[in-house]
Amino acid sequence: MAETEVLRVGSTARWLPGRFLVSELGLIFRRRRNVAGLGVLAVVPIILAIAVKTSGGGGGGPDFVSSIIGNGLFVAFAALTLELPLFLPLAVATIAGDAVAGEANLGTLRYLLTVPAGRTRLLVVKYAAIVIFAFAAVGLVALVGSVFGLALFGGGEMILFSGTTASFGDAVGRLLLTCAYLGCGLSALGALGLFVSTLTEQPIGATVAVVLVNLMMIICNAVEQLSWLHPWLLTHWWMAFGDLLRSPVVTADLQRGLWTFAAYAVVFWLLAWSRFTTKDVTS
Amino acid sequence: MSPEHSLSSDLPGSVVTAIPTADDRSAPVVTRGLTKRFRHQVVVDAVDLKVPTGAVYGFLGPNGSGKTTTIRMLLGLIRPTAGEVDLLGAPMAGSGRRIDVSVLERVGALVEGPAFHPYLSGRANLRRLEAADPHADARSSDLRVDAALDRVGLLAAARKRYRAYSLGMRQRLAIASALLVPRDLLVLDEPTNGLDPQGTREVRHLVSDLAADGTTVLVSSHLLSEVEQMCSHVGVMYEGRLVAQQPLADLQAGTGATIRLRTTPDGAEAGRTAFASLGLTEPTSAQTGDGATVTAGLGATDLARVVPALVAVDVPVLGFEVVTPSLEDAFVALTGEGFEISG
Repeated sequence: MAETEVLRVGSTARWLPGRFLVSELGLIFRRRRNVAGLGVLAVVPIILAIAVKTSGGGGGGPDFVSSIIGNGLFVAFAALTLELPLFLPLAVATIAGDAVAGEANLGTLRYLLTVPAGRTRLLVVKYAAIVIFAFAAVGLVALVGSVFGLALFGGGEMILFSGTTASFGDAVGRLLLTCAYLGCGLSALGALGLFVSTLTEQPIGATVAVVLVNLMMIICNAVEQLSWLHPWLLTHWWMAFGDLLRSPVVTADLQRGLWTFAAYAVVFWLLAWSRFTTKDVTS
Repeated sequence: MSPEHSLSSDLPGSVVTAIPTADDRSAPVVTRGLTKRFRHQVVVDAVDLKVPTGAVYGFLGPNGSGKTTTIRMLLGLIRPTAGEVDLLGAPMAGSGRRIDVSVLERVGALVEGPAFHPYLSGRANLRRLEAADPHADARSSDLRVDAALDRVGLLAAARKRYRAYSLGMRQRLAIASALLVPRDLLVLDEPTNGLDPQGTREVRHLVSDLAADGTTVLVSSHLLSEVEQMCSHVGVMYEGRLVAQQPLADLQAGTGATIRLRTTPDGAEAGRTAFASLGLTEPTSAQTGDGATVTAGLGATDLARVVPALVAVDVPVLGFEVVTPSLEDAFVALTGEGFEISG
């Protein structure tokens, strides 16, 4: 088996799944359904910007929307706020629900496992791809919002919620921090989705379940009588990104939010791992 | 080859060779007491497989006999309820242990038909599996993908989307995926399913070529004639148990050849007596048209003695035939005629 030896030289087991992750991202970002989904996410800030421009602003609306006239960057913040309850979670839930259940549904899971890709390694790659997608989705909305907002309303200094004024560079920095914060929040939801995805062979079912859990958290968060529960809800902390638009930044809620995101991510990733590494793959 | 250990003495003709002993643990596939229970149903029951190095092992059994579940346990997809699996000398699965799949890098597999991403091309699908392999060398990736496609005759259709592939092309792609890197063991579940006669022939040749290169092949199939043509060993599953495991020639010999004599109606009785006195088993005669046919099992009798014995007692020999039993006969003898799936 001389040929075997030659091919195996220099191919010491590389556990770090760089190529695998690239392949996974290729699958996600080239899939027409996902591209269409990202397109929908990107359309919201455009619609918002045009609507505010043509109506001449005013008329109240969410905090951010009324500020758009003053600074185009607010289109990005407003679009993120509008998409946070449903659109962004739905996008992440689609990818996360598909992660394991989609492969099981196609039957490709058994071939990945006999490669052998390794079950833990597979979950690491799948979750890394979900996290990257979550950040990409948030980033896309912010980018499209910024570009259209700045084009239609101009940039310059930004008046913060605390009444102080921030330079344009400062404002862009705050937008980037917002994206990072929301990316973390959606990644936590993605871990929940990954876990649900290991429970079923129906990717759509997993996606629907994650969206329902997300809406349930939003509903619980709106019920005053459940205030004891609110700090434990993932969605409760998402809106804390507004604190990034104060000067100085109020960090208490943001910190608590990040800890909550981390806890959700770790707990659900470990649940997914314990489920997936002991599961009989019969698909 | 004496059956020291018979798991299923209640079945006629069941022959299972001895439990693998310590010194043959290095055989490419060894299982000890492999058992899988789903809820209350025992799907695989104390199976002791042993596939010798270099063998082409035909894994047979009716639908629902536990073949695929066994194969899934061999590949670490399903955890055994009890028993152990050693692949290529490495302990892979056993009760109470984590499954160690690292040995699978030396194993190519085709399990329960092809499965690929429909909207990717054949080549892109293979690249995906390549990328998932932590042992594969990135630099030779494209080369190996194309070599594997070429080997199964798919190079011309490499850029087509998988969803546009016919069943035969899909099957070929799955075989190509098993050949992406040189393997010491191939586990092929129904590799000729959906293939046209040319494709079936090619797969047969491919398996022979691989075996000639020293690869051990475990192939499950329903096509007994296929197995007869390509396998050196056979294992037969029936209702979750391994009821036979032997070199193919032994299994066929076990069923025994049949002697068929055509003679005149008057010679029938004398022929039958002659067969009986030679020690042939169960001689029977029947009138056929203007003649008669006498049949008997050859048993242990030397074939060369049969015709001289007939001539010595003046039995007219109008025709004489030795019928070697097909694998199908042996298979039916082991697993019964029934068509119903055993629950």
